[in-house]
Amino acid sequence: MFAGLAIASAISMVYHKNPLYSAISLVGVFISLSCIYVTLAAPFIAAVQILIYAGAIMVLVVFVIMLLNLDDDKPLNRLRYLYALGGGLGVILLAQTLFIFYAVMKAPNTPADQTMTAGKTLSLGRAMYTEYLLPVEIVGVLLLMAIIGAVILARRLSQPQLELVVEHELELEHKADH
Amino acid sequence: MEPSLASYLALSGILFTIGCVGVIFKRNAIGMFMCIELMLNAVNLTFVTFSRYYGDVTGQLFVFMVMSVAAAEAAVGLGIIITFFRNSQSVDVDDASILKN
Repeated sequence: MFAGLAIASAISMVYHKNPLYSAISLVGVFISLSCIYVTLAAPFIAAVQILIYAGAIMVLVVFVIMLLNLDDDKPLNRLRYLYALGGGLGVILLAQTLFIFYAVMKAPNTPADQTMTAGKTLSLGRAMYTEYLLPVEIVGVLLLMAIIGAVILARRLSQPQLELVVEHELELEHKADH
Repeated sequence: MEPSLASYLALSGILFTIGCVGVIFKRNAIGMFMCIELMLNAVNLTFVTFSRYYGDVTGQLFVFMVMSVAAAEAAVGLGIIITFFRNSQSVDVDDASILKN
């Protein structure tokens, strides 16, 4: 049921011309995926999915859409072969999916261990801060870099201002020389 | 009855396909951005599924990493989109051709 909801939302996201409707459909995808994570015994990931994707990222996207006051997507005037390319790629990927489906169905069905605790927040946190400490810290540095990059990109600095900044820097260097 | 491993993988594959086709069909940068998010989510679903069926926590940990990277990507990507809009008054990816001579 959630799978059907996810697929329907995803298709409506690609189909809608107005980016705001697409964004709302994408929230639908995220929420149904989060429900699927709960059925997969991963409550922590489900909560994080709602918090980060549906909460943070989508708010950012919707803000940008409103800030830029976007209108509807105009019809594609790119080269026509892109349609063929997209359709072909879609068919190939779907065929691959069906093949995987078939292969997994044929494989011996091993039921999931019902008593395992892998999805619990405790075990996840323990793994995160013992075995995988280095990746977690790298992710922290990456987030810091992203914050700095976003601030620099979003800061409005016109050409005269930039020249002023450069002049100031040069002056300081000049003083340091003496 | 619990759905099988294959059905989760099929859902993930279908979502990935939709996202991939969307990236090609969409013209506007924000639409493409959202389709990329959809593809990332499809991969996350695969990670969680295998984590469940192998009883291993590593898969879920990597989902967490993917989410952090997606958040970073969202911040930087939307910053780039805003800057681009300021310069060219559109978010159409076909207008992003000033590097082309």
